[in-house]
Amino acid sequence: MAPKDRKPHVCRNPDLIRGVGKYSRSKMYHKRGLWAIKAKNGGAFPKHEKKAAAAALPEKPPKFYPADDVKKPLVNKRKARPTKLRASITPGTVLIILAGRFKGKRVVFLKQLTSGLLLVTGPFKINGVPLRRVNQSYVIATSTKADITAVNVEKFDDKYFGKKVEKKKKKGEGEFFEAEKEEKNTLPQEKKDDQKTLDAALITSIEAVPDLKSYLGARFSLKAGMKPHELVF
Amino acid sequence: MVKGRQGERVRLYTRGTILGYKRSKSNQYPNTSLIQIEGVNTKEEVGWYQGKRMAYIYKAKVKRNGSHYRCIWGKVTRPHGNTGIVRAKFKSNLPPKSMVKIHPDMDLLAAFCVFSGVKSV
Repeated sequence: MAPKDRKPHVCRNPDLIRGVGKYSRSKMYHKRGLWAIKAKNGGAFPKHEKKAAAAALPEKPPKFYPADDVKKPLVNKRKARPTKLRASITPGTVLIILAGRFKGKRVVFLKQLTSGLLLVTGPFKINGVPLRRVNQSYVIATSTKADITAVNVEKFDDKYFGKKVEKKKKKGEGEFFEAEKEEKNTLPQEKKDDQKTLDAALITSIEAVPDLKSYLGARFSLKAGMKPHELVF
Repeated sequence: MVKGRQGERVRLYTRGTILGYKRSKSNQYPNTSLIQIEGVNTKEEVGWYQGKRMAYIYKAKVKRNGSHYRCIWGKVTRPHGNTGIVRAKFKSNLPPKSMVKIHPDMDLLAAFCVFSGVKSV
């Protein structure tokens, strides 16, 4: 009932139990000040003039009725939003990657992308992990934080990492195989440059912290006698 | 399984032993297996592992998907008793040969509790 305008407004009619308010209709009338509104308006409730309804075009009966009733799909009001980020993961946190090519690597978290994936970088010079997306579930957050205020992550988003759309080629068989192979393997120079500029700023702030560089360079592994449930990250 | 690099072996999983199926004295229920996770000795410690995924990895003669290794995935469901043993359910029931060490095919272990999962670390 109370609109959430400026500060949180306490409900005028608190629930005793769900569905049952504390105050009766007449009490609520008084609480809402409807008597004051009426008094201000000279004894009756203020009315708006009805807007002149646009003359609806007389609907013609459709010429065509489909043979079977077509089911309408239910309305889907879900909004896509990025997965909730764990409280322990903040920009600059050192994460341990648990699966994939870089498993065990300690890596710096930059930001969460709109798809929910985490943008992460080695930095590349330190441990060979490039700018990469990683899923939150495959990551352990440590309490170590690196300083990434100097780093500009604005330009990276999901599209940057998406697969390149190849233009459809006509199937001339001879050319087909050769041309395809050339394009595949090289990483475009601009991506390499992006990596370098990003890392340059990051590495200077990492080197400022003693041991952080070698920490990031080393991989995490369980050893004999280590109990994961007792480890504090 | 063959990766180009020879690298450090990184172990991100915990080992476990397969003890048997959930059972009473003369009946057993193969859809749930009992697993002993290394280093876990009390019921309270199991809480960390609850929900974590496990894999039973074994070798086979025929290559499938390019590898001689095969896997059955599962999850830790709940503790079993007071001393850290765990109940787990696998996608398909674990084969009885997994419970015996003598069998030459068997991969010693098999419970491979991945760190990740629902728990917020």
